[in-house]
Amino acid sequence: MNMLELRGVSKSYGKVLALRNVDLTVRAGELVSIVGPSGSGKSTLLQIAGTLDRPSSGTVRVAGYEISELSDGELSALRARYIGFVFQRFHLASGLSALDNVADGLLYSGLSRRQRRDRAAAALDQVGLGNRLDHRPHQLSGGQMQRVAVARAIASKPPLLLADEPTGNLDSAASAEVMSLFHRLNSTGVTVAIITHDPEVAAACPRRIRVRDGQVRAESA
Amino acid sequence: MTTLRPARLRPMDLARLGASGLTARPMRAILAAIGIAIGIATMVTVVGAAASSQEQILRQLDMLGTNLLRVEPGDSLFGKKARLPKSAAAMVKRIEGVVQAGQTGDTGTTVRRNDLISSSISLGIAVQATDLDLLDTLEGEVRTGVWLNAATERQPAVVLGAVAAERLGLTSPGVQVWIGDRWFTVIGILDRMPLAGEIERSALIGFPAAEGYLNHDGHPTTVYERSSDEHVESVHALLARTVNPANPSEARVTRPSDTLKAKAAVAGAFTGLMLGLGAIALFVGGVGVANTMVVAVLERRGEIGLRRSFGATRGQVRTQFLVEALLLSTLGGGAGVLLGALATFVYARANSLPAVLPPWAPAGALATTVLIGTLAGIYPALRAARVPPTVALSTQ
Ligand SMILES: Nc1ncnc2c1ncn2[C@@H]1O[C@H](COP(=O)(O)OP(=O)(O)OP(=O)(O)O)[C@@H](O)[C@H]1O
Ligand SMILES: [Mg+2]
Repeated sequence: MNMLELRGVSKSYGKVLALRNVDLTVRAGELVSIVGPSGSGKSTLLQIAGTLDRPSSGTVRVAGYEISELSDGELSALRARYIGFVFQRFHLASGLSALDNVADGLLYSGLSRRQRRDRAAAALDQVGLGNRLDHRPHQLSGGQMQRVAVARAIASKPPLLLADEPTGNLDSAASAEVMSLFHRLNSTGVTVAIITHDPEVAAACPRRIRVRDGQVRAESA
Repeated sequence: MTTLRPARLRPMDLARLGASGLTARPMRAILAAIGIAIGIATMVTVVGAAASSQEQILRQLDMLGTNLLRVEPGDSLFGKKARLPKSAAAMVKRIEGVVQAGQTGDTGTTVRRNDLISSSISLGIAVQATDLDLLDTLEGEVRTGVWLNAATERQPAVVLGAVAAERLGLTSPGVQVWIGDRWFTVIGILDRMPLAGEIERSALIGFPAAEGYLNHDGHPTTVYERSSDEHVESVHALLARTVNPANPSEARVTRPSDTLKAKAAVAGAFTGLMLGLGAIALFVGGVGVANTMVVAVLERRGEIGLRRSFGATRGQVRTQFLVEALLLSTLGGGAGVLLGALATFVYARANSLPAVLPPWAPAGALATTVLIGTLAGIYPALRAARVPPTVALSTQ
């Protein structure tokens, strides 16, 4: 089954053509890295694949859903159920504990507060932070904060995890921790796509997608 | 393939979500809510102060009763004061339902502390002849000394109304005052009589004394009558004919409690100026809330994008910010109601009034703040809903 399917996708911002006629398929269960120079269109590609933006032309299918046919509400439901995002900036609320930050990610899932907190605790346990539930972000290291963000992304058990430079703000040790987390998640069946500038991170992925000037230039498996 | 349907936010989750934006920056929330708090407090206080003043008068009215009527002869055809018959009060007493009646006759003279003071200085005190039943009819009380009796009504003895005594500077009986061209002894001072202000401002002597010492003609100028409550209307209809059979249309029958009722109505009406000030404060407060919310939306684009990536719909983002604006203004409104209630209490205390706040005042205040919050929140909420989900990914 194809988790992601992009056909002839282009995206323009005014005169800037950020993506040109991209064809890309990611099968369920894959772990792919997306590499390429700055400004080449990696983030744009991830936004469109993650339904955060719509393409200027071309078709996008996520988990089998053709997104051009979906309303804002349906698209939101798709994101809530199928996709977890991890960003370079952790986007954690400074006033909330790790548990509440993770539970916040489940707010739009329809679960009760009780269930959200239970699932959040389980997700934090899964990323090795079961003993840090009550810590505020400022009481955590960068690597731990990113693991909280990963826990938030996977708490709803989405089949697809999209990460935009998740190790961009981390040192090599923390980076290795987070990467091993992605590998572990992938081994449980989660499809993972990671944008990275780090050759080591890219090399650790079974499949690499190279983007240049808005086009998918090369794939190496 | 299953259909995609976004989950609904539970009301409690929505409330918590709206509150989270405020608790993240409590100081700003307080400052933003102050305008509305002041506006609501002003309005509640205006209503509370008016209601307290009114309640005071209504309670007085309750105590004094509304069954007292007063008759004056009115003017005759030729513009002269018509005269009431000497036996007016006695005739009134025979009307069915009348419990008590008394009469007074203006003597046209003045009262002074001594004979050295010019007679042109009246101090606004009328010297009136009275029959012995007047005090009973008015349900008045003697504050100090005694009321006239069958003996003293023939003697140069005078009983002073509360205001008259005050103006003469007297607090106890036993002193002499100068009435007409001779000394009278003050034998009593009356309590206040809210239903008969003219008696409060009078020096009262007996009818025989007035005729004997002041050349009074013995005709009353005013008759007071108290009936049982259910007879007030029927007595009212008969009074004019009874006291002035020749020209009933000229007799003027009044109900002193009506004046008090009118006073209560006036006291219950609040001043437009204060309400206007409150409305301006509310408007400014509403603009303050709108402004704070617009700033919050600009600052929290990242949070909005993040929530969109979690699966929040545009509608849910809109609702979140609307709820936040509503909570903000309701916070101000709640504080305003408390402040206004406190101010009403202090005002009532300071003026020795019963503190009264009609229930519709806080209810109306809260309804107003909900309306303001909605109006102030609509634009920021619409802007929040337009923030694209992609801002979550952008790194700047
Ligand atoms: N919202 C936007 N409006 C206008 N231009 C944009 C916008 N987002 C991206 N672009 C442009 O599209 C191109 C691709 O941007 P994108 O962010 O996808 O690059 P990237 O590969 O993620 O770069 P980096 O490695 O620096 O993150 C760039 O030229 C960028 O300036
Ligand atoms: Mg990028």
